[in-house]
Amino acid sequence: MDLCVNGQSREFPQPLNVEQLLEQLELKPERVVVELNREILTIDRHADIQLQDGDTLELIQFVGGG
Amino acid sequence: MDKLIIAGRSFNSRLLVGTGKFASNQAMVAAMENSGSEIVTVALRRVDIDNPADSLLSHIDRNRYLLLPNTSGARDAEEAVRLARLARAAGCEPWIKLEVTPDPYYLLPDPIETLKAAEILVKDGFIVLPYMPADPVLAKHLEEAGVATLMPLGAPIGTNRGVRTRDLIAIIIEQATVPVVVDAGLGAPSHAAEAMEMGADAVLVNTALADTPDPAAMARAFCKGVEAGREAYLAGLGPQRQKAEASSPLTGFLRNN
Repeated sequence: MDLCVNGQSREFPQPLNVEQLLEQLELKPERVVVELNREILTIDRHADIQLQDGDTLELIQFVGGG
Repeated sequence: MDKLIIAGRSFNSRLLVGTGKFASNQAMVAAMENSGSEIVTVALRRVDIDNPADSLLSHIDRNRYLLLPNTSGARDAEEAVRLARLARAAGCEPWIKLEVTPDPYYLLPDPIETLKAAEILVKDGFIVLPYMPADPVLAKHLEEAGVATLMPLGAPIGTNRGVRTRDLIAIIIEQATVPVVVDAGLGAPSHAAEAMEMGADAVLVNTALADTPDPAAMARAFCKGVEAGREAYLAGLGPQRQKAEASSPLTGFLRNN
């Protein structure tokens, strides 16, 4: 399965839901906001949403800023 | 000091600080503490998946500071609205520092896109604090859109040049019915004091703290500058004159003519 994550194409051998993707990338779900194909996903939906080949994800976090 | 009230919420400090560009999280936290600030801005960016950094939020005490996410990086209203919604989804209160800066050289706010985004975000339930050009007419349009503050720039972001837009900010302050926060370009405590003496309700600084040898000490200095300026404004400055007016008596000199 090919996913576009933060502008980069990445290949994953097995099917994943959003929760499993974050786990695999070693990202804490409470520190990351997920946007899937331009739709914001709240944390309670992560386990229910199965990712599809060709999905585009943005994984966003807070950083220092003025 | 008298309290600052934004959207019905009251704050003891009239200094807002940004969290960007500090050499370390420790330096940032020390500056935040010494500033006395209760509102701190943050930005949203993509996670670096191959190098996930230490989370900024683990260093910010959310009971002490209101987190004010900005929409920095947005080049138009659509991008700004998208960032604001992502920030809210991240569990922030719906407060947003609206920034739309298509020009990468001066980072000047786009008045038309800022107004468009403000209208959308207010309708969507956000408390909108827009970074804006020091334009009194735009200020009126933004107020009509329902923004919670006006945040005119003193000088371009990060320039440390002071209140270069002084005369226009004075008009904005005179006409405003929401708090005016002078944001961007302030580089010294005297600049912050100047803005506050003019009647600004608050100021926001980041580079002026972060890009100095001792941000914690500078934060303390800015805290004093803001307080001094506010107290002077409330006390009422004396009138300016063209000619001298003696402070000492003009009688009883030790001479006969």
